[in-house]
Parts: sequence; C-alpha cells; structure tokens
Amino acid sequence: MHHQDIPVDLALDIYTRVLRIRRFEEEVGRLFRQGQLPGFVHLYIGEEAVAAGVCAALTDEDTIISTHRGHGHVIAKGGDIKRMMAELFGKATGYCKGKGGSMHIADFEIGMLGAIGIVGGGIPIAVGAGLSAWYSGSDRVSLCFFGDGAANEGSFHESLNLASTLTLPVIFVCENNQYGEFTPAKNAMNINDIADRAIGYGIPGLVADGVDAFEMYRVTRAAVERARRGGGPTLIEAKTHRRGSHAEGEEAFLAGQTYRDEAETAAAQANDPLRLLHSYVSENGLLPAEQLEALDSDITQFVAEAAEAARNSPDPEIESLFEDLWL
Amino acid sequence: MPRKTYVAAIQEALAEEMRRDQRVFLIGEDVRIGVFPSTRGLHTEFGDKRVIDSPISELAVAGAGIGAAVTGLRPIVDLMFGTFLYLAFDQIANQAGAMRYMYGGQTNVPLVFMVQNGAGSSAGHHHSQAVHQFFMNMPQIKVVLPSTPYDGKGLLKSAIRDDNPVLFLHSLSLGGKRGEVPADEYVIPIGEADVKRAGNDVTICAAGPTVYTALDAADALEAEGVAAEVIDLRSLSPWDKETVLESVAKTGRFIAVDESFPTCSAASEWAATVAEEAFYQLRAPVQRVTNKDVPMPFSPVLEKAVLPSEADVIAAVHKTLA
Ligand SMILES: Cc1ncc(C[n+]2csc(CCOP(=O)(O)OP(=O)(O)O)c2C)c(N)n1
Ligand SMILES: [Mg+2]
Repeated sequence: MHHQDIPVDLALDIYTRVLRIRRFEEEVGRLFRQGQLPGFVHLYIGEEAVAAGVCAALTDEDTIISTHRGHGHVIAKGGDIKRMMAELFGKATGYCKGKGGSMHIADFEIGMLGAIGIVGGGIPIAVGAGLSAWYSGSDRVSLCFFGDGAANEGSFHESLNLASTLTLPVIFVCENNQYGEFTPAKNAMNINDIADRAIGYGIPGLVADGVDAFEMYRVTRAAVERARRGGGPTLIEAKTHRRGSHAEGEEAFLAGQTYRDEAETAAAQANDPLRLLHSYVSENGLLPAEQLEALDSDITQFVAEAAEAARNSPDPEIESLFEDLWL
Repeated sequence: MPRKTYVAAIQEALAEEMRRDQRVFLIGEDVRIGVFPSTRGLHTEFGDKRVIDSPISELAVAGAGIGAAVTGLRPIVDLMFGTFLYLAFDQIANQAGAMRYMYGGQTNVPLVFMVQNGAGSSAGHHHSQAVHQFFMNMPQIKVVLPSTPYDGKGLLKSAIRDDNPVLFLHSLSLGGKRGEVPADEYVIPIGEADVKRAGNDVTICAAGPTVYTALDAADALEAEGVAAEVIDLRSLSPWDKETVLESVAKTGRFIAVDESFPTCSAASEWAATVAEEAFYQLRAPVQRVTNKDVPMPFSPVLEKAVLPSEADVIAAVHKTLA
C-alpha cells in the first residue's frame, strides 16, 4: 500500500509524532507504576494516530484544546517533552510551574490552549477560540479533542449548535475509544456513530479510522480548508481504542472486576497505529532501517533524559502559590 | 464493636438502606464497578434497576433524580467528584432546593447527591476542590460532611431517609480511615455536632478532614498548657450553632478551621455567627483558618501549602491568646 498523496516528509513527520507520543506514554506508565508521579495519569497509547494525523494538518497558529487524556495532543502539536515531564512530576520547571499537572498542560506559544480535566469542559472554549478567529478576520482554525463520553455532556451539544449558527471555524474531533472510564460507549448512547449527531446541528459529521494517521490527516485537512474558507464547523469522529487502563493503576478501582472484552482488546492490539506506520515507512523505504532504529532510540533516550531531569528539578517554591494571580 | 474503613461504612449504609426501602436507588457514572469503593458490590446485590450506570451527563442525571424524587422515589445521585456538581448547578440550585417552597409546599424532594469533597489526590484544580460552601449558601439544601466511619454511615442513613435534598460529601483522604461502626442499626441526626475533645481555653470548629488537623493542633497545644475544645460539626447545613455557642461561652475564643476558599467559606459563616451571637463572651477576635485564596495547585508541595495546616491552627490559637 502506498499513499500517493502523503509526501515522504509528511509521512515521516506523522510517524515521528506517533513515536514520540508512544515512547513518552510508555515512560509515564513506568514512572507511575514506580510511584514517582502524583495524581492521576490517563495514557494515550493506542490512540496516537489521531493526534498525530490531526495536528499534522494544522499550522502553528491554529489552536487546539485537550482533555484529561492530553499528553498526546500536546506532543503532536509540538510541545516540549521536558517541560511536560516536569509538569507531570509537579515541578517548578514544568509547563505550568507545577500548578497544572498531567490533566492541565498548556502551551499557548504553540496554540495549545490547555488540557481540561472536566469531561466536555474544553468544547465550548474551542468555540470561543473559533469566534475570536472569525472576529479578528484571521484564517486560524480552532480544534478540540474530546472523548465519546464527552459527547454525552450538554456542553458538546450546545457547542456544536453555537458554532454552527455562527458558522465558526471550529473542528470538533471526537476520539471514540469505545469507553468512558469503565462504561462501554454502546451502553451510554443508542447510536453507533457519534458523527451522526452533527446532523442535528446542521454541520458535516464524518467517521474516520483513528488507527490510520494518514486518514486522520486527510479528513482534518479537508475540515480545516472548509473552516478557513468560511464554511463553518465539522465534527470528526475518530474510531480508536484505548489500549490500557482508563487511568493508570485502575486495577485498584476494579478490585478484580472486569469491563472489557478480551477479543476486542486483542484485535486492537493487532491493529496498532505505531506498528502500521512503522511497516509503511519501512516497506516503502522512506527511511533506511538503521535510521529508523536510530530515530526510535534517540526519542527513547530523550524521554528518559526528560524524566531524569524532571526528577532532579526543584519543587515549586511555596511563594509561587501567590504568583500568577490577578494582574 | 467491629472496626471498618470510612468507605466500607458508607457502602454499608447504602446497602442497608436499599434493602430497607425499595424506593431507594443509585444512579451515576460507573457506580456498578465503583469509581469509589463506596458503591462497589451494590450492583451484584441489587441489579440493573437499582444500580444504574449513567452516561457522562451530570445535569441530566441530577435533574432526573429530582424528577424521580417528586414522583415517589428516593434517588441517590452519585456525581463522583464535588467539582462535577458544578455541571449540575442549575438542577441543584434552581430546582432541587427551591421546588417545595416555590410550589407552595405541594411537593418535596427526597434526594441525596453524593460526591467526594476536597483535596487529597493531588489532581489539580478540577478534582481537588472542596465545594460544600457553595451549597451551604443555598436555602433548603442540607449538607453533611462526616469525618469518621461511624458518622459516615449514620449520616448517610439519615440523608437517605430525609424528605429533603441532602448533599452527602465524603472525603477521599479519609477513605481508608478505620473506626468503630456498631453492627446494630443506628442513625445520626442531621444538624448535630460532635464534641471530639473538651477544653476550656479555646473552641476549634471543623468538619471532614480538618477535624484531624484541629485534633492534631489540640494535642500540640495541650503540651503548651492550652486546653482546646474541638467540635466536629458533621452537618454544615443546618449546623449545630447551639453546641458551638455553648462552647464559646465557656472558652471565649473561637477558631473556625475549614477546607474552603476563604471568601464566603463555611468558616466565614461560623465566625460571623459567633461574632454576632457571642460577641460579649469573646475575649479575642474570631479567627478563620481556611485554604489560601488561590485555585487548587497540582504539585503535592503546593497542595499541602494551600490547605489549612496544624501550624496554621496553632498560630490562630496563639493570636487569640496574645
Ligand atoms: C464532568 C466530568 N464528569 C466526570 C468526570 C470523570 N471522568 C474522567 S474521565 C471520564 C471518562 C471520559 O470518557 P471519554 O470522554 O470517552 O474520554 P476517554 O477517557 O475515553 O478518553 C470520566 C467520567 C470528569 N472528569 N468530568
Ligand atoms: Mg472514551
């Protein structure tokens, strides 16, 4: 299989984003298991192709908003892994000086307007970022990520309608990983495709294969072009799969209970977005094998160094509690 | 007497009340598996109809609870974290608390909203706020915040049997705390404080996790020869003014310890009441010990520094003794 429309540079760029997310999340999982990270962490393993494909279709000026499962979005938008890692440790050198943590990473410089720990909490804010682009005559688009579970919040419905009535440049990317915590999406809604909800708000709703980073890139690019032309919002539903726990350490919550179909998990495992991309890149000779390996080991090492640096970084000073208050 | 954890005591109250009254049911996100162990195992005993997993739709679930309550059921609506109550604010503030009054006494709303309140998991602003003070401000919503397994069970039973909307707040940081819980049936009336420790020099009033902060401070003060009386309010609305005022009449000094943002905190209400009603018995100005006036930070170091500490309580007591 060869994707004629995806130039080599772009394919490698997308592959690299996926790889960076995967290696980062693997390290975070290890750190959490070792008891090194405070709070909750929600990993993005298995869903990387969504953020990577989507963000590859955005410019640095375009903005994104993320969720509790947000590390992948930050990395895909070009975030700094060192500052992310330090934030996960709650250190002064983190993106938010230790005040945000895993669920609240932001990088306004690269248009990453923040991860939000309240399910559905970011969707209306993305509408506002779209409004601001429209208001100021910019061709910037606003994009937000959210889960299947979030599509059951009122904020989702109100936001789609608001963006639609004002014809705003907003792209709603629903990452349907089939579960909200321990509840299967099919138990929380009586439709198969969340994309169908777009009909009710008079905007296009598209289903995309969230395991295929190139397809995510294509559908996003089309939605971006439409938004920039003044065509208004699009809802994209990425069918994907969360590989691991809802939150790391969920065994403790489950206390022996199960909620997932083993066959389904095995199928998802076999359809791994990183593996698919890796095969594509190597089979089509986009990069020689040794360079591919070097890329991986460089990233792995960089992530390990980021963790080490984060661990050795200072905690925030207590006085910093009273910084970043009212101007 | 059997010793149980705080969460186990809460779970027991839910199970016993569901056995006792067929009208009682539980609805919320992942209540079957139990994001908090308090609801774990109930689905096995009571089944799909009485333990209902909901979509992530707090406003609808809270409102559905109200609708079920005014038509004869006794719902327990579990909204997980206190901060998620904000998504259901309209249904709680505009509807649940006001319906009976607004409709001239034609109806009542026997409903329990149940959430975890306050910090303790180092999870940042969206998961670590205490929210009780907002709901204390609303007329006709009862608010309880137990600090022990015994109180947790007894107050939850009262909440479920109450004919009014009650916000039952439990605390993640107390979840593993063990205490004696009688095997025999008992309830704790809403609105009754518990004097945890008697003393003549200063009254320290607290609720939930801050009760332990107050008790630790009282231990340290004892070494200095200061006898602090520690009152666990347990119920925040209505609250046991009488017990507090009686204590202040004896001690002449009042410290309110409260995990809230300071402005319009629970502590503000307690302190204002004491200043208003016990002014001539006070020997020093009332003191409030609350969170620092900032959003909840993630870093464990900062989170700890935001919360009322034993040192803060001792410093406040010293001020009243100066
Ligand atoms: C308003 C709100 N309700 C509930 C929660 C608790 N919670 C955190 S993540 C989650 C599941 C979200 O599911 P989904 O939107 O599908 O995202 P996913 O975790 O699958 O990425 C829930 C219920 C929350 N954080 N915010
Ligand atoms: Mg999901």
